[in-house]
Amino acid sequence: MIELSENVIKGQSRAVARAISWIENDHEMKESLIDQIYPYCGKAVVWGITGPPGSGKSSLVDHLIFRMRAVGKKVAVIAVDPSSPFSGGAILGDRIRMQKHATDEGVFIRSMASRGHLGGVSGATSDAIKVLDAAGYDLILIETIGVGQTEIEVMELSDVVLLVLVPGLGDEIQALKAGVMEIGDVFVVNKSDRDDADKVRAEVKYILEFKEQNGNYIENPVVMTSAKLNEGIDQLLKDTENYLHNINLKGQLEARRKLRILNEINRIISGKIEEELKTFITQKEKLDNWIEKIYQKKCSPYSFVNENFKTFLKEYKKP
Amino acid sequence: MAKKIRILIAKPGLDGHDRGAKYIARALKDAGYEVIYTGIRQSPQAICKSAIQEDVDFVGLSLLSGAHNELFPEVVSLIRKEGGDNIIIFGGGVIPNDDISYLKKKGIEAIFTPGTPIKDVINFIEANKSRISH
Repeated sequence: MIELSENVIKGQSRAVARAISWIENDHEMKESLIDQIYPYCGKAVVWGITGPPGSGKSSLVDHLIFRMRAVGKKVAVIAVDPSSPFSGGAILGDRIRMQKHATDEGVFIRSMASRGHLGGVSGATSDAIKVLDAAGYDLILIETIGVGQTEIEVMELSDVVLLVLVPGLGDEIQALKAGVMEIGDVFVVNKSDRDDADKVRAEVKYILEFKEQNGNYIENPVVMTSAKLNEGIDQLLKDTENYLHNINLKGQLEARRKLRILNEINRIISGKIEEELKTFITQKEKLDNWIEKIYQKKCSPYSFVNENFKTFLKEYKKP
Repeated sequence: MAKKIRILIAKPGLDGHDRGAKYIARALKDAGYEVIYTGIRQSPQAICKSAIQEDVDFVGLSLLSGAHNELFPEVVSLIRKEGGDNIIIFGGGVIPNDDISYLKKKGIEAIFTPGTPIKDVINFIEANKSRISH
């Protein structure tokens, strides 16, 4: 076993940090690392925390860490912020709200840049969760970038999704739309100290009533919180844990985790095929030449890909 | 994906003047680095833990209160003790010329005083990035 894997399993924070960097940078040993730590995974519970920019996700995470530490749980946080589409750089500032826990040995906080990934998390997040799980953290909180309507990938990584909403984002028609409003398990109306917070709660409840209520229906909690005033956090914890308990009883948690594995396998397969295919095609002829041909209307993008894919299937031999 | 350089910008000590730190953070972001900013009034212990957990390559310390001779070296020694041997540490703020050689002896590799063009900071990072560990 590589030394890094051993130290991750021992829970050494420097090793955990380096392992996450390996994943982010697609280090050549990344896959071996994951293979070796994978048997130690499966104990952690993963909560996704998502919502628009400035809705209070980081501040809520800060309060959740406090509560979880008080009952002796080890907590890890992955906080994702966007990378610049221009420079590729990023300012990762979610830690600011959580720095009170910086010196607590039972807390590990890692900021991640999205690095061009569009789903609200980074491409490395799912493997980083495995590292934190294997290192013995009981609860892993994934804080997404501030989302709009379609950044829903956190759903594929978490056991439960907390969708944080605030007053002032629009009427109930916004809440009725597809996308991010559909992925919440627990709806958090934060900034409850503001005047129109009650209205947001009423609108969310109204929309949730439209959900089909079959035998497997578990009611989605709607919780009012004020991260600023430290209010409603205990209720949020209670409702979330209760919800997790219920989906576990009905077998939905296991189904969710299996769906996550299916999605992951699909992602790995398409990633690998894409890489091999791209290398194969670009070895044959420069991509620029093809772009020129397609630009000149000598062939269409589909016929280009189909032709090359056929040759790939015929000639490809694993190096 | 290629290795991205990660930089922690931290403010130890009690002064709340973070315009310089924010300016540097923003400029380094524009230069393509991933910058972790932890806010004002951080203890050396918190800065050290953040540097380790974030697996940063550089730590930039900003301080305007005059406590740099105590706090900067303390951050260096804590980071070394925690196994961050390859982390490159630099500093900035209102720091008298007379203190710079002392700080360099204590492991703060560069000091950028007010008026330094941002290009100098980027040049420093680029000149030293081959030393970072993967």
